[in-house]
Amino acid sequence: MSALHKVWRVGADVDTDQLAPGAYMKLGIHDIAKHCLEGVRPEFAGQVKTGDVVVAGPNFGIGSSREQAADALVKLGVKAVIAPSYSGLYFRNAFNLGLLLLTCKEAELLEEAEQISLDLNQWVVVRGNGQQLACDPIPDFLVAMVEAGGLLPQLKLRLQQQKASS
Amino acid sequence: MSTQTHHHPPQTLAQKLIAKAGGKSHVAVGEIVNCQVDLAMFHDSSGPRRLKPMLEELGAQIWDKSRVVLVMDHYVPEQDDDSRRIVRIAREWAVEQQLPHVYDSLGICHVVLPQKGHLKPGMFCVGGDSHSPTGGALGTYMFGVGSTEMLGVVVTGQLWVRVPQTLMMRWNNRLKPGVTAKDMMLHMIGQFGMNGGQYQAVEFSGEAVKALSMQERMTMSNMSAEMGSQVGLIAPDEVTRDWLATTGAKDVQIEGWHTDEAADQLVHEFDAATLVPQVAAPHSPANNKAVTEFKNTPIQVAYIGACTGAKLEDLRAAAQVLKGQQLPAGVRLMVAPASLQDQAQAESEGVMHALRQSGAEVLPTSCGACSGYGGSIPDGANVIATTARNFKGRMGSATAQVYLASPYTVAASALRGSISDPREVLA
Repeated sequence: MSALHKVWRVGADVDTDQLAPGAYMKLGIHDIAKHCLEGVRPEFAGQVKTGDVVVAGPNFGIGSSREQAADALVKLGVKAVIAPSYSGLYFRNAFNLGLLLLTCKEAELLEEAEQISLDLNQWVVVRGNGQQLACDPIPDFLVAMVEAGGLLPQLKLRLQQQKASS
Repeated sequence: MSTQTHHHPPQTLAQKLIAKAGGKSHVAVGEIVNCQVDLAMFHDSSGPRRLKPMLEELGAQIWDKSRVVLVMDHYVPEQDDDSRRIVRIAREWAVEQQLPHVYDSLGICHVVLPQKGHLKPGMFCVGGDSHSPTGGALGTYMFGVGSTEMLGVVVTGQLWVRVPQTLMMRWNNRLKPGVTAKDMMLHMIGQFGMNGGQYQAVEFSGEAVKALSMQERMTMSNMSAEMGSQVGLIAPDEVTRDWLATTGAKDVQIEGWHTDEAADQLVHEFDAATLVPQVAAPHSPANNKAVTEFKNTPIQVAYIGACTGAKLEDLRAAAQVLKGQQLPAGVRLMVAPASLQDQAQAESEGVMHALRQSGAEVLPTSCGACSGYGGSIPDGANVIATTARNFKGRMGSATAQVYLASPYTVAASALRGSISDPREVLA
């Protein structure tokens, strides 16, 4: 049986300034994370648990290139974001930081606080009542990046292997 | 290139640029291509403070220092201990790494990079900043990446892209006086939304675009970020070549860098002649209407700044409105030129003098108030700005109401103390 994940619902057009507010950008990622989404869900950063998922409306992560907007969710233990669409720049950043983004047309059927599971072989979100919501498949090299914990650990491994073989 | 078109499927400008960077003769939409990066640019906020520790953790070196440009523009001038620390890291790292291309407090990266001759048609570049598509105005495939992805580039010199579709934004006829590239962008962002570009390639074309100066073209490519496209390209032409000649860029080739007529593209047509000045209301660049819809909206603060809206041509536009006029009491106009080069030229033309005489305050050339990194937007104020984004709280105050407009409209609104149509003032 696959793990269950609690849903945190947010709306459409959640921008990077909401995920990583400019006023805290001088600080380290753990301090930025404390203010993640405080403008829309003030209780989020304090109460979110490891393994929870964020479910959003369209255009999640629009705005700046600051990857802290993805890293803050990683540091808070968020397992994945599920939304109908993302900013392309945010999409790249998320995988580079090891955050799984699932593109799901019907994401907004998911309700606040419901428990879901993720089937990454079938690319579906499974609800408590058994309903399955299809997600867009993700290229293998991006799945590998998330599994490695992001681009940095992946590069580290590659450089170590190069050193060992030379 | 003409001989190639006999043997290959017709290609968009975006496809041609990616094919070159990927060492291929042609590419298909949707294909993932590993590209060789010609140039990587980052600034004090996205660059050294994040790259240095990661490079050390990896024990890796920069792949090619001649292809790296560092610009200090976000936390300068330093205002507190945190910003002093961040800028010091950047300066020390630049010396330690012996980086050949470092521009410290000379202006905003997206304006300085082309002014220093680093961008040319046909290049594939990345920037550690979301407004990096500005480079598309020169026929460069350039887009923003986060710091970790930049680390990957800095170590390997490579980057993957999924070949985008091209949304061809064709602007027919000419703009009327007092209407600018900024108005064109606000109009398109309003129509398509902030993610309407779907991370595809937007290309701007048509008579109105060809008639734009290089800096106006940069404003268009710059704000393609607000459309959510990966790049905002403009096919290089004589305007590009002449402008590049002033930067010292060598071996400029414009031939062939255009979208083949038969290439698969989604075309949207616009009439430049009927476009009126646009204003985006709080809190989204997509929340736009004609300036006339905002009559009698009072303004306390006006800001002419940022890579989007404080280049030489933007300063000239503002001065054209404000010359010989006096700002009313209760309106504060701040001008932060986008680069020292632009500011010096504006000084020599009397543009800065006209702005100061009207009562404008001139702030240091840096990203400043646009990104909430510095500056002083008071709580609760109505602000009108030439910047690219008016997200809630972005400029530093969650209660400020920020409107976006062209430099003409911002200057006219400052002059009248309420949102105003610049065509009335210019008439």
